[in-house]
Amino acid sequence: MDDFIAARSQMALSLGFHIVFSCIGMVMPFFMAVSHYYYLKTNQPVYRNVTKAWSKGVAIFFATGAVSGTVLSFELGLLWPKFMLHAGPIFGLPFSLEGTAFFIEAIALGFFLYGWDRFNKWFHWFTGVVVGVSGLVSGILVVAANAWMNTPTGFTFANGQYSDIDPIKAIFNPAWFSQSLHMSIAAFAATGFAVAGIHALMMLKRKNVVFHTKAFKIAAVFGAAAAILQPLSGDISAKFVARTQPAKLAAMEAHFTTEKSASLIIGGIPDEKNKEVNYALKIPGGLSFLANGDFKSEVKGLDSIPEEERPPVAISHYAFQIMVALGMIMMGIAIMYFIAVIRKKQWRNSRWLLQLFVWATPLGFIAVEAGWTVTEVGRQPWIIYGVMKTKDAVTPMPGIVYSFYLFSAVYLSLALIVIFMLYRQIKMVDKLYDIPAGEQVKN
Amino acid sequence: MTMLYVVMAFLWVAILLYLLMGGADFGAGIIELFTTKKNQERTRRTMYRAIGPIWEANHMWLIIVIVILFVGFPTIYTTMSVNLHIPLVGMLLGIIARGTAFTFRNYDAVTDELQVVYNRIFMYASCVTPLFLGIIAGSAVSGKIDPLAEGYLDAYIFSWLNFFSVAVGLFTVSICGFLASIYLIGETENEQDVQRFKIKARTTNIAAAVAGTFVFIAAKLDGVPLQEWLFGNPVGIAAIAAATVSLALLWYLLSKGKKIIIRVLAGFQITMILLAITYQHFPNIVLLKGGQYLSLTDGSAPEKTIYTLAMALLIGSLFILPALFYLVYDFQHKKIVVGKPKKNA
Ligand code: HDD
Ligand code: HEM
Ligand code: HEM
Repeated sequence: MDDFIAARSQMALSLGFHIVFSCIGMVMPFFMAVSHYYYLKTNQPVYRNVTKAWSKGVAIFFATGAVSGTVLSFELGLLWPKFMLHAGPIFGLPFSLEGTAFFIEAIALGFFLYGWDRFNKWFHWFTGVVVGVSGLVSGILVVAANAWMNTPTGFTFANGQYSDIDPIKAIFNPAWFSQSLHMSIAAFAATGFAVAGIHALMMLKRKNVVFHTKAFKIAAVFGAAAAILQPLSGDISAKFVARTQPAKLAAMEAHFTTEKSASLIIGGIPDEKNKEVNYALKIPGGLSFLANGDFKSEVKGLDSIPEEERPPVAISHYAFQIMVALGMIMMGIAIMYFIAVIRKKQWRNSRWLLQLFVWATPLGFIAVEAGWTVTEVGRQPWIIYGVMKTKDAVTPMPGIVYSFYLFSAVYLSLALIVIFMLYRQIKMVDKLYDIPAGEQVKN
Repeated sequence: MTMLYVVMAFLWVAILLYLLMGGADFGAGIIELFTTKKNQERTRRTMYRAIGPIWEANHMWLIIVIVILFVGFPTIYTTMSVNLHIPLVGMLLGIIARGTAFTFRNYDAVTDELQVVYNRIFMYASCVTPLFLGIIAGSAVSGKIDPLAEGYLDAYIFSWLNFFSVAVGLFTVSICGFLASIYLIGETENEQDVQRFKIKARTTNIAAAVAGTFVFIAAKLDGVPLQEWLFGNPVGIAAIAAATVSLALLWYLLSKGKKIIIRVLAGFQITMILLAITYQHFPNIVLLKGGQYLSLTDGSAPEKTIYTLAMALLIGSLFILPALFYLVYDFQHKKIVVGKPKKNA
């Protein structure tokens, strides 16, 4: 592995790790706020227990999210100094606003975690909501920064000089809306399915059924609603990518030659040498429709892009297929869940529906990782699309390979510990939150 | 360009607050390491109560510093990132280990032997992190960074591995221990613990004095004109004099058992030391090999960026400061009024 690949892998690893924790840090506060609200309204202790149990899990995720985020803010410079030298003053503003949002989040979290029975109960509830809102705002801001790398605006680039810098224009770059929307919904879908899946498993095991049923419902409603919206927002993203980043669209669709009525390729194995996709399902005109809303329109293929500016096709294509497939599956489960809630009461606590949720536990997060792979790998070889190449941005320091091994080991062990601790939290639900029989409430 | 000064002021204050609050936070782990087994558990509980609610906020100061650097002063950020890569990674590993171990030990649902592992990691990481932090700060002003160096050792090792930087690292560690003991004196409820932390405050203060002497010796060895920076101008002399007087006062009040005023004095001393160091060569905060330097004024981002950054910081602090103040105040205040120790949430 050479140092350049190592730097890219380390960045991908760190972001791939951070994103899981930040999604949870962003979404769980909303789940807690709902459960907390029910507690304040109904006074049923089970809701208080759900809120508290969740908040302990969240504290673990917060800490891990915070340290991995801190590492990222250094890594941008440690790995990509030449990128940061120019990009910092242009796309840095969202990060400084994000700093404010994080700060508010951290303070509100202090109030929330340590504030039980200390403050006016609605003030305490409100601090929980603030945690969620500021987390969401941070997510949107940081994705706006990433969107700038895809559609850089707010500066003039000529003769290697960056001038006329306008940080506000840079935040509101063309991609910021479609990407932030898609990311925010993704966070809800992924976290909702993951949390619902875990509680569904416990319901199937008949452990603390009341507790887990309440928790499951809250998570499932959020997750399912998001999963239904996600393909719609994905469609907005795809149309946008078609307009602004033809190379990325061509790579993720494995669309080698420019043509009218381009067909949508589903699955298959791209063969980059012979410029074809084998064993794929092709829907004639589908890609033209997806990209431009017209079955007849022309879609640029990889052949319209200079050889040295083509992104890796296979990875982008597989990642995109995985994301879309999982998106469809999750939407299917979500629709069934809503049917169960609204029309078919007998489905509601049926084993098969719960089993479906258990099975779907990791899907959202796999889709998130796949989606980011599409965005990032599909932008290659550029770090700032059309302006700066990734290989020109990397640090001159030799030996990044070792740093990559080191960080891989650190993240791997952290991931294992967090999973282990989560397992222990769930196992302890019996002991910590068992509800005296008299207080049990029918759901 | 007044906005540039606003940004610089935020940078300076964020560094200071990270030193004070983050420092006390690191120091708590250091103190724990140097506490006998018998008392460790109690120290841990005191500390959890004292810093638990605000520790997330503490480490935000570091992030603010980094963001201000990469938005406003990209040359400084990137030069340090390249030439001080190794100590930065060392500090990051410390931050990861400390932050996660602190949370894991408080939130692990089962209390078993793993606690010992978390504690150990927490304590060692609490020493390593400020050590590297100090090394980085020392290197930034040591004049050893050579952006044009060709060889690996010259570019990436000797930039930070020298007597002066390491001495500053050790000094930082002892300062953190000192800040934590002073802080914890006001956080304990029984007289015995107060006595223990008083002793810790004295020993760490002596350790800081010894480490400070090393810094001077190392500066001589490495040719860093430290004396001139500190005593070469009236502001420096006044700041050092004020720090010395307040130190004497602090020792006196410590023996009198004043809990809050000694905090103010300790904070005042750190402020004066930072002022003395930064004043002399402001605005050239990073000194490079061969008399070159990176300046806060010449190397800053374009005016529009600085303007928006300053606005973001100003508006941000309108939200943050009152909330932070209320958080700290509430947890200080209620503890005294209510008086009963809180179970963790
Ligand atoms: C729960 C996760 C999830 C699900 C189910 C989907 N996505 Fe997605 N997708 C993401 C999670 C995600 C993501 C991780 O959040 C990305 C990466 C960058 C971004 O803004 O969102 C993303 C990026 C992304 C991009 C690239 C945007 C860019 O580079 O600017 C496109 C075109 C789509 N998605 C399209 C879709 C479609 C058509 C889906 C249909 C089902 C879909 N996504 C489901
Ligand atoms: C959290 C979700 C993200 C994931 C999973 C992710 C994933 C990746 C991957 C896979 C790469 C390597 C690309 C390659 O080697 O071909 C990469 C590179 C990179 N990403 Fe992201 N990314 C994420 C978000 C972001 C954000 C928000 C930013 C900045 C604001 C960012 C900045 C970068 C940079 C600077 C590189 C290195 C240059 C490059 O390879 O393009 N990423 N990321
Ligand atoms: C798509 C990519 C990203 C998203 C959606 C995201 C979102 C978030 C969210 C919501 C949090 C707070 C939640 C928590 O503490 O668990 C967080 C933490 C953090 N993130 Fe990210 N982030 C992303 C990428 C990045 C990048 C590229 C950087 C740095 C350059 C970064 C820096 C940080 C920092 C410093 C923190 C810790 C703040 C604290 O102490 O609370 N993040 N991120």
